[in-house]
Amino acid sequence: MATVSKNTAKRPRSILPGFGLSLGFTVTYLGLVVLIPLTMVFVKTSGLGFAGIWKAVSTDRVLAAFRLTFGLSALAGAINCVCGFLVAWVLVRYRFPGRRFLDAVVDLPFAMPTAVAGIALTALYAPNGWFGQYLTPLGIKVAFAPLGILLALTFIGLPFVVRTIQPVLEDLEPAQEEAAASLGATRGQTFWRVVFPPLIPALITGSTLSFARAIGEYGSVVFIAGNMPGKTEIVPLLIITKLEQYDFAGATALAALMLVISFLLLLITNSLQRWSSRRHSK
Amino acid sequence: MSILVQNLRRTFGTFQALRGINLEIGHHQLVALLGPSGSGKTTFLRMLGGLDFPDPGNGRIIIDDEDVTEQPAADRKTGFVFQHYALFNHLTVYENVAFGLEVRPKATRPSKNAICDRVLELLRLVQLEGLEQRLPSELSGGQRQRVALARALAIDPKVLLLDEPFGALDAKVRKDLRRWLRSFHQEIGVTTVFVTHDQQEALELADMVVVMNQGQIEQVGPPQEIYDHPATPFVYEFLGDVNKVRKPGRPDLFYVRPHEIQIVFAGDCSADFHARIEHLFAAGPSARLTLRLLDSRETIDADMTRQQLDEMGLSEGDEVGLKLSASPPSAPPAASL
Amino acid sequence: MKTPSRSVQDPLWAQTLLIGAAVSFLGLFLLVPLASIFVEAFRKGIAVYFSALTEDNARAAIVLTLTVAAIAVPFNALFGVAASWAIAKFQFKGKSLLLALIDLPFAVSPVVSGLVYVLLFGAKGVFGPWLKAHDIHIIFAVPGMVLATIFVTFPFVARELIPLMQAQGSDEEYAALSLGASGWQTFRRVTLPNIKWALFYGIILCNARAMGEFGAVSVVSGHIRGETNTLPLHVEVLYNEYNFAAAFACASMLSLLGLLTLCLKTLIEWRAGLRRHNH
Repeated sequence: MATVSKNTAKRPRSILPGFGLSLGFTVTYLGLVVLIPLTMVFVKTSGLGFAGIWKAVSTDRVLAAFRLTFGLSALAGAINCVCGFLVAWVLVRYRFPGRRFLDAVVDLPFAMPTAVAGIALTALYAPNGWFGQYLTPLGIKVAFAPLGILLALTFIGLPFVVRTIQPVLEDLEPAQEEAAASLGATRGQTFWRVVFPPLIPALITGSTLSFARAIGEYGSVVFIAGNMPGKTEIVPLLIITKLEQYDFAGATALAALMLVISFLLLLITNSLQRWSSRRHSK
Repeated sequence: MSILVQNLRRTFGTFQALRGINLEIGHHQLVALLGPSGSGKTTFLRMLGGLDFPDPGNGRIIIDDEDVTEQPAADRKTGFVFQHYALFNHLTVYENVAFGLEVRPKATRPSKNAICDRVLELLRLVQLEGLEQRLPSELSGGQRQRVALARALAIDPKVLLLDEPFGALDAKVRKDLRRWLRSFHQEIGVTTVFVTHDQQEALELADMVVVMNQGQIEQVGPPQEIYDHPATPFVYEFLGDVNKVRKPGRPDLFYVRPHEIQIVFAGDCSADFHARIEHLFAAGPSARLTLRLLDSRETIDADMTRQQLDEMGLSEGDEVGLKLSASPPSAPPAASL
Repeated sequence: MKTPSRSVQDPLWAQTLLIGAAVSFLGLFLLVPLASIFVEAFRKGIAVYFSALTEDNARAAIVLTLTVAAIAVPFNALFGVAASWAIAKFQFKGKSLLLALIDLPFAVSPVVSGLVYVLLFGAKGVFGPWLKAHDIHIIFAVPGMVLATIFVTFPFVARELIPLMQAQGSDEEYAALSLGASGWQTFRRVTLPNIKWALFYGIILCNARAMGEFGAVSVVSGHIRGETNTLPLHVEVLYNEYNFAAAFACASMLSLLGLLTLCLKTLIEWRAGLRRHNH
C-alpha cells in the first residue's frame, strides 16, 4: 500500500525543492508505523478462515459486548447532539462573563488523559462518591452499571459535537435572520426554519464523531464500567481480556471487526464533513 | 406610502452613526441614500426596516401616519433586500419567496394555492419563471438579487428597502439590473429607498437623492438639482469629477467640473490659466485631458469634444489656455479647504 | 461573529435560561470531575500527596512517561512537517488518499492500536521468533510502548500544519527562491516562521496525548512496576489496589499537564485570533 501512492505520484512542475524527500519520508513513515501494522490485523484474521472468525465473534459474550458498546455509544452521540448544541449555541450567540473560560473548559475531555477522567468519574459516581451518595438512595446506580459507561462515553464525546457546530454557527449570516424577521417570522420560526436547517450536517457529523470515538474508548470506561461479562463489558476491554488469556485469534478477529467499522465511520464522517462544508460555503 | 423621519440619532459606543436625520419621503418615490462608507446610510436604512433602532427618545419614524419607531422588523411589513441578498440557502427559490407568507399566523395565512399563485406571479414579475425548484447556489448573482426582491415583495410591503442593491454584481449586470429596477419600480409603484455609494447609480435611478455624510444629510433633492446645484463642498466633490482650482491672486478655492473648462490656444488673451497637456485620451465623442497649470503646478482634468480636439490639433506636451465658464453655474466657494 | 442586531436577539430571559443551563451542565459534567481529582489527591494531606509522587515506582513512571514522549513527539513532529510540505506545496495523484490515511490512527481504538504491535512483535507475532532468537524485547518493553504512542499521536502535528500551509499557499516561498535563497534557507527563513505557532500547537497536543495515553500503552506494556509502567498505568495500578490518595495524586500530575496544554492552546488561539483581526 505504501508504495502504491509513491509510484502513482507524478513529479509536479514546481520550482520548490524537497518533494521527493518529504513525500518519500511521509509515505515510508506512514507505511512503517501505521499501514503495515494495521494490515497485520487483517492478515492474521484472514488466517483464521471464515469459520474461525465466525466462531470468535458469535459467542454470547462477544455479541453482548457489541450490543452494549454500540448501543451506549449511539445514545452518548445523541445526548451530545443535544447538549453539545446547547453549549455551542450559548458560546457563540451570547456574551456573558466567563464565556472564554467556558469555551476552554469544553476541551477538558480532550486534554485530560482518559485514565484520569475514568477514575475521577468513578470516584464521583461510586455509591459513596460525591454524586453517588445522593443517587444511590434514589435507586439510581451509575458506577459499575451501563449508566456509568454512558456517562463516560458522553464525557469524552462532548467536545467533538461542540467543536464541529461552533464554526458553522459562527459563520451563519446574521442577515439571514434579519431577513426572516423582516418577512414577519417570529423568533421561533426563524430558528426552526432558517437557523437550524444549515446546522444539521454539522450536528450529524459531530454526533458521528462522538459515536466513532465512543466505540473504541477504553481508558475512561474501564474504571466505571464494572466489567461484568455479558453485562457491563465493552468491546475494547473484551479484546484486552482475550489477549491476556492468550486467545490471540479471538482478539484479532474482534480487532479486525472494530477496524472495519472504524474505517467505515471515518469514510462516513469525511463525506459528511465535505457535505457540510459544501453546504455551508454556498 | 409616505415616510416621515424626525431627528433620528444613533450612537454605537462613542461613534455617532446618525446625528439627527430629518426627512420626508412621498408616495411611490424612488429614493437613493447616497454617501461614502461610514456616512450612516445603511444604519438609516436598517432603522426604516426595523432592524435597528434610534437611541432611546431620539427620533421618530412614521410610516403612513403610524409611529413605527419601536416596532420590530417582524411587525413592520417593510420589504428589506440585503446587500448580499441573505437568501435562505437550504430553501429553493420557491420556498424563499413563499417564506414570508408561510410564517404568517394561521388566521391570516393564505391557502397553499393562494401562496403558490402569488409566488409564481412574483417570479414572473422578476422574470425568473421556471427556476422555482433551483437552490440559491444554482443561480447567478443577478438572479439571486431578483429572488431577494421577489421574496421581499411577497409580503406586500408598505415600503421596499434595498441595501446596496447592485453592490455585489459585476459592471455589465449592474447596468442591466439598474435599468430593469427603474421600470420595475414604475410598474409596482411601491415607495422604494435604496442605499448606494455610487453617485452615477443614484443620479440615474432615483427620483430623489439624499446625500449623506458623517451621520448627517448634506442635501436632498431631485438628481438634476443635486448635480447642478450642490449645496455643500462635500456634495460637490462626491458627485462627479471635480477640479479644485485657485484663481490667480485669490486665496479661495473653486470647484469646476472637467466639462466646464474651455480649452483655447495658448495665445488667447482671454484665458484664465495657462497649462501644459500631460496626458490626452479620446474615447468616443469626448476627450479627457490631464493638464498641469503653469503657475501653481497643480494638475486638473478637462473634457473637450473629439471634434474640437481634432480642429485644434493638440497633442501631449502642448501649451494651452484655459477659460472657466464665465460664472460656473455650480461653483460654491469652498471656504475652508 | 458580528453582533446580531436587536431585532434578532433572543429575549433576555431566554438567554439567561440557556446560559444557566450550559454553565451548570459544563460545571457539573466537566469541572466537578476535574476538581474532584485534586480534592481526592489531597484528602490524606500534603505529605501523603508528595510521598505518592516521590516514591520509587512513581518516579520511574514519570521518567518513563517523559522518555516515551521525548522519543515519540519529535518523530511525529518531523513527520508532520514533511507531510505538510509534500501535501501543501505540491500536486500529486493520491493526495486525498494520503490525507485520509494520515487521519487513520484517530479512528482506531487505542486498544487495537496496541494490539497491532503485539501481532507484529509479540511472542506469537510475525517477528516474534526472530526477535526472541536475537534477545530483542519490544512488546512488554519500552520500544513497544514508544511505537504504540507514536501510532496514537501520529496525526496531531500533521493535522495542524496541513490546513494552515494549504491556506498560506506558496507565494512567499516562490518569492524567496526568486531572490536567490536555497531550498533550506527558504524553509528555515520563510516557511518555518509562518507555521511556527501551528507547529508548536501541534506539538503540545501531541505531547499531551503521548503522556496521557492509556489504552494502547496498556496493551503493550506488561505492567511491570518500576519498569514498564507509565504514569497513567501507574494510576491504574494504584487505583486497583485501592490506594486512592496516591492514584489521585498521580492523576493530578497528569491533569496539570492537561490544564497546561489547555492554557497554551487557548493562548495560541487567542494570539492567532488577534492576528486575524489585525489583518
